[in-house]
Amino acid sequence: MTTTTLNHDEAHHHDMPTGWRRWLFSTNHKDIGTLYLLFALAMLFIGGASAMLIRLELFQPGIQLLDPDLYNNLVTNHALIMIFGAVMPAAAGLANWMIPMMIGAPDMALPRMNNLSFWILPAAATMLILSFVVPFFPGGGTQINTGWTLYPPLSVQVGMSMDFLIFAIHLLGISSVLASINIIVTLLNMRAPGMTLMNMPMFCWTWLVTAFLLILVVPVLAGGVTMLLFDRHFGTSFFDAAGGGDPVLFQHLFWFFGHPEVYILLLPSIGVLSHVIPAFSRKPLFGYKSMVGAMLTVATIGMVVWAHHQYTIGMSLGAVTYFMIGTILISIPVGLMIFNFIATMWRGAMTFETPMLFAVAIVLMFTFGGLSGVMLAVVPADMQYHDSMFVVAHFHYVLMPGAVFGLFAGVFYWLPKWTGHMYDETLGKIFFWTNVIGFNITFFPQHFLGLAGMPRRIVDYNMMFTEFNVISSIGAIIFGLSHLLLLYIVIKTIRGGKKAESRAWEGAKGLEWELDSPPAFHTWTVAPQIK
Amino acid sequence: MSATQQLINNQSYKLKAASLTGIIVAGMLYADKCRAEYGINFPPPAADVAQEIYDIHMLTMQITTVLLLIVFGFVFYSLYYHRKSRGYQADQNFHNSWFGNWSWVVVPVMVLGVDLTIAGKADAVLKKVWDVPKEENILDVKVTGHQWWWEFDYLDHDIKVESRYVPEKESGDLYLREVDNRLVLPTGQKIRFLHTSADVLHAFWVPELAVKKDAIPGYVTETWAELNREGVFRGQCAELCGTWHSRMPIVVESVSPQQFAAWVDDQKAIKVAAAAEASADKTWSMDELMAKGKTLYDTKCAACHQVNGVGLPPAFPALKGSPMATGSIEAHLEIVIKGKEGTAMQPWGSLNDLEIAAIVTYERNAWDNNTGDVVQPSDVKQAR
Repeated sequence: MTTTTLNHDEAHHHDMPTGWRRWLFSTNHKDIGTLYLLFALAMLFIGGASAMLIRLELFQPGIQLLDPDLYNNLVTNHALIMIFGAVMPAAAGLANWMIPMMIGAPDMALPRMNNLSFWILPAAATMLILSFVVPFFPGGGTQINTGWTLYPPLSVQVGMSMDFLIFAIHLLGISSVLASINIIVTLLNMRAPGMTLMNMPMFCWTWLVTAFLLILVVPVLAGGVTMLLFDRHFGTSFFDAAGGGDPVLFQHLFWFFGHPEVYILLLPSIGVLSHVIPAFSRKPLFGYKSMVGAMLTVATIGMVVWAHHQYTIGMSLGAVTYFMIGTILISIPVGLMIFNFIATMWRGAMTFETPMLFAVAIVLMFTFGGLSGVMLAVVPADMQYHDSMFVVAHFHYVLMPGAVFGLFAGVFYWLPKWTGHMYDETLGKIFFWTNVIGFNITFFPQHFLGLAGMPRRIVDYNMMFTEFNVISSIGAIIFGLSHLLLLYIVIKTIRGGKKAESRAWEGAKGLEWELDSPPAFHTWTVAPQIK
Repeated sequence: MSATQQLINNQSYKLKAASLTGIIVAGMLYADKCRAEYGINFPPPAADVAQEIYDIHMLTMQITTVLLLIVFGFVFYSLYYHRKSRGYQADQNFHNSWFGNWSWVVVPVMVLGVDLTIAGKADAVLKKVWDVPKEENILDVKVTGHQWWWEFDYLDHDIKVESRYVPEKESGDLYLREVDNRLVLPTGQKIRFLHTSADVLHAFWVPELAVKKDAIPGYVTETWAELNREGVFRGQCAELCGTWHSRMPIVVESVSPQQFAAWVDDQKAIKVAAAAEASADKTWSMDELMAKGKTLYDTKCAACHQVNGVGLPPAFPALKGSPMATGSIEAHLEIVIKGKEGTAMQPWGSLNDLEIAAIVTYERNAWDNNTGDVVQPSDVKQAR
């Protein structure tokens, strides 16, 4: 099989096409990786803009900027754009760039499918944005005021914009599944001779598990939203009790996807950390095997605890007890991962460049978010936390450090490799501090709001909640604007800067650092031999 | 990196660390000030089970805080001592020590111990929360969520209370936390809440009772509480239910059993009077119906169709000048009584004949609709 792939490559990839053809017809993993990352960056700003509007509206009690449906539409849009548009494509971008270089493969196993899985995304994003703007045109129906969870019966009441959203989700799902198949095939078939699964770089392991999770759960979401589409237009009653259906069924389908999705967002960043922390601690990753074991355990348990998102639907005592204990047990593998990271730093010789600063922040803040997750897992207490601002604070503490900061760490870590230039370290550090401080000011006070009784997803609130909302909104402005600095740093590094060496970081290990910075258009055309 | 640069970097680290500490301390001081004035934790529970839930919340929070401090302790120790700038040499064999070989067993066992501590405590409370007492004299309150108001049916007393938010002009500081009719409940008696919904999902949440349950159309779910002190407890709808999700407050008024009995008698008397008025064989004048109709319309219909009848299209159509309100009376009566499927327009058939007659008359004559139609309760009776 390997031989066939090499022959194929040699037959078709003599030169590098230029202009728009280079990108539209690209089958090169590096170019497709770049496209994924640029797409994710654009979506980060769109999703961020909607978050800014939400926080501006909540800056003071009363309805100032947004009418309630527009507010809920933005809430929906923010989540979907960030999850499907920003985090997942960014992680896929890292995978495309790094996996072939890390395992000594010339490209992804299925380069044309790689092209397809990226180019579906702009179409899907267009549909997604249309679902947001269609109601503003005459005859466009009502806005999507359901939140990203799309629970019926409310989602059945929404106008045609919901149909745009359903098809956007289908397209995004197809893109993810294709990318996952490609990654699995690449990792299982194209590792350099001598590289076994158990000495594969950890980033590859995290993506292998992520890809399997995606293939297992994305079709369930696709099925769920298709049933919703049928309920809306074709007279079925899957989710309508009056027709013999069950509104709660949708919640089960949604969270059967939605909970593993959390690990889909998290694991690639755990992979990045497994490279960044050893590199800047100048010693090998602590507990490689236990890391792999923990990850497989997380993925397995993560598949069977979805209903902790729905403790309040009135399940039986047996069911809630099972979901509670299952959820609490997730702390074991996740705790082991955090422990391994700390043990990697322990007795290392650390330096604190931007990727490492993000890594340390992740270890601390993700622990915090994980621990508030243990609180939420406890059913009787969750009777109070459920659907309050406490939950909003919790999952942002998990997803920002767990997913987004991990991607930032990865971008800063590999940017010298991709561009051949070192980024401006001072600017990188300024970005880190404004970003992390802004984040904490935004989300920490939301814990208090939730405990004091403020539900999530409300456009207007009683004045007893004013103070913490003001603090939160001020933090959000700092947090949001800090990303302009990220944009500036990235553009500046692409345009020039100090020349990066092959091994851009003193402690960096792995095949990708044996290649030039930037690497040639085709790399590892002859597979390296691993000891 | 040269030595000087490193020195500068170290200096800037210290500066940053100092300023960070400053910010955290300032934040904590401010939070402390807030604690006095604003809630940063759950309000004091008003039921025994709520107290146990509060205790388990505090327990898990304390355990997690200790764990967090341990993690922070190790990380900051390492960040300070294991730095290249201090000349620390990395221990390349740390992961091969006995600790490196066995930590994958030690750490999970320790975490499991913590997990079981939490789960064990939680399990006992969970059983109490879930196990609704099967007592003869339990007070049954059916809680129905509507877009965007609550309906409370006291099944034992045949009393129905409609509870809606009070506009800012009248509620002032309590805006979005105040309702027109409160959920009045007695202390010292077990109360069973039966939750359901008439349209989309809602969730009943009053923090002092520590009761939160989704209202799901087609489902009846149950929770229970026994209030142990008098007072007024405020909560809100906790499940996104559309446009005015923010305008679904819940206010529980906890009173002594004697006061509750008196309140029940009052409600029954009011109900009897209203029924008598509605069934009286009387022809109502336009002015009487318009006056009644305005009051009813403004509380029950205006959330969607607006006080001035222009609605919020496309979700909520205008009534002002609409074919429905100016066309056939029969069609108008039918949509009010039966609702319109697949939309937020719910059936209002549970209102009495007089109320529906007043609302329809008002809608047909207000806001320059001026059809001159007067709909009598007898017409409504016929239309049912």
